[in-house]
Amino acid sequence: MHLLTTSLDKLLGVLEAVGGFVAILAFLFWLAGKVRGRFEKPIANILLLGPAVILLLVGLVIPAIRTIFLSFRGQYVIGPDVKYVGLANYKWAFTDPHTLHTLVRTAEWLVIVPLVSTVAGLVFALLVDRMKYQVIAKSLIFMPTAISFVGASLIWKYVYQYRAPGLPQIGLLSEVAMKLGWSHPPNWLLSSPLNTFLMMVILVWIETGFAMVIMGAALRSIPDDVIEAARVDGAKGWRLFRSVQLPMISSTVTVVIITIMTATLKIFDIVYTITGGNFHTDVLSNEMYSQIFEEFNNGRGSALAVILFLAVVPLVTVSILRLRKERYA
Amino acid sequence: MSVDEALVTETGETPEPAGVTPPSHRAPAKTHQRLATVVIVVMSVLWALPVFGFFVTSLRSKAEAEGSGWWTVFVHPSLTFSNYISVLFHGGANIQGGGLFPYAMNSLAIAIPATIIPIIVASMAAYSLSWVRFKSADTVYFIIFGLQVVPLQMSLVPLLQLYSHGAHIGGFPIFPNLNLHGSIAEVWISHTMFSMPLAVFLLYNFIAQLPNELIEAARVDGANFLYIYRRVVMPLSLPAIASFAIFQFLWVWNDLLIGLTFSAKSASAQPLTVQLQQLSGTFGSHLELLTAGGFVTIIIPMIVFFSLQRYFVRGLLAGSVKG
Repeated sequence: MHLLTTSLDKLLGVLEAVGGFVAILAFLFWLAGKVRGRFEKPIANILLLGPAVILLLVGLVIPAIRTIFLSFRGQYVIGPDVKYVGLANYKWAFTDPHTLHTLVRTAEWLVIVPLVSTVAGLVFALLVDRMKYQVIAKSLIFMPTAISFVGASLIWKYVYQYRAPGLPQIGLLSEVAMKLGWSHPPNWLLSSPLNTFLMMVILVWIETGFAMVIMGAALRSIPDDVIEAARVDGAKGWRLFRSVQLPMISSTVTVVIITIMTATLKIFDIVYTITGGNFHTDVLSNEMYSQIFEEFNNGRGSALAVILFLAVVPLVTVSILRLRKERYA
Repeated sequence: MSVDEALVTETGETPEPAGVTPPSHRAPAKTHQRLATVVIVVMSVLWALPVFGFFVTSLRSKAEAEGSGWWTVFVHPSLTFSNYISVLFHGGANIQGGGLFPYAMNSLAIAIPATIIPIIVASMAAYSLSWVRFKSADTVYFIIFGLQVVPLQMSLVPLLQLYSHGAHIGGFPIFPNLNLHGSIAEVWISHTMFSMPLAVFLLYNFIAQLPNELIEAARVDGANFLYIYRRVVMPLSLPAIASFAIFQFLWVWNDLLIGLTFSAKSASAQPLTVQLQQLSGTFGSHLELLTAGGFVTIIIPMIVFFSLQRYFVRGLLAGSVKG
């Protein structure tokens, strides 16, 4: 009973907040609606645009600028006496062995995950076409996209559960490995670099569905007469794909790869949930988190955030420009 | 065909009738077709198996879940629903307080305002930038659009300081300490702020292309700008709003980083994902609770996903650069 009332209270509180927001807005709208003449338009614009601009300034613009400043300062940022340390935090990021390994490992993620997911998605999209029950198959592949990274991590952590040989196995991977005759497999998540690859599998599992849907759509949008003409010329199977289909969807493939790269670069949840960055699995976003919240070194954490930002800029720029072009084409 | 339209046909409920495909499309040799089928089936099974095993385990007793692999259930079937009751209402393992249910409520209490408020704020901004307009409207739009490149990781530390200390310039408070730290509001306000660039971008694309005649006609009838927003723009934008709402709801529901950072380990503000992450340390000792808890978080996105797939795909495509 207590549980129910506290939950209801919480939801009511939220509804009050939303309702209050709407009420204030309605009142301001009513008030501004009285204004006519040359002030009508400016006032309407301020009222309409103001909330978004304030949220953006407070939540993104000012904090991002401040993070850049913080990245040139020492740790324990609260208070005015924090020393300016120049590029020391960046120097640390690129020379400290642990962090350097973290950056290299992030780069490995960045190459492997987008490539494997895109190829898997493309193969699936090509083969599933014309198949019976393809809706079911596509839904199964696409389903992980809706699952949270935490949920996905738990699902796969269970697959990777290890028990000493001889005990009844509960992890699917161990069971299969042993049934196939690998009598003493390693403790999957503790052995580097295997553990990093096993975590990449999780992200591939999630992103393949996305790649499949987007590239499947592109493949379908190739006009039938183009395919027809190519077939008349004797192209089929691999050759048809290589010389007709692939070139025609190449820009979509680029968008897919870049989009997955962006997601991969920011990956935090998987590593944080599965190993917490231990056992040589740390990646950039997780290292940033642990610098800030475990080492309480805001300077270093901020420097890592800026590095992440600089790495993301070219990727996101290309993909949003593509998206824009596509929309307005 | 635009990507949008293509996606709708791709994920629409109606599978293409076989007759639509020109005959030559079905030409490849039988063996190729068979090989393709094998690849598809193997891949689908591989993709589904981890989820299936996880689900089966959530229906087994503690002793069974820890004593044998889930695949043995086919030989000795014995299933129970009690794990869900325990994990939702009684807790155990690492769950603070009485089970996951309060945390599920937290997740809802975060996701609802973090979905509704961005829709209102962003659609207002999009309407202002596209229809009411002012001299530098295009520049403002381009800046907001460009802010999509800023990863939210750039904002974490300064925002956290703002929430817990307010803002001062030379000792003079310019932003009060709202005592938000560790509250639900802190989490959903953060989500709202981070969602802005994407929300404005998505809704602008749609609202800017509404038919000119409708808005002009309302203007001629003497309606003011704000009235037009409420009575013409909002109702007509519902398809775009639906796409964004689904994407945003799932994003917030599935988020770990923002929840972890801004709930400040306070049980009254933590979303489900944060609790679940902490549960992952109990692997081996409470597998049956862990799997049930995991499924509780998955089930809502699954329902949304399977019932609203086409909107979800559109939002996903446009929002894939977020984070």
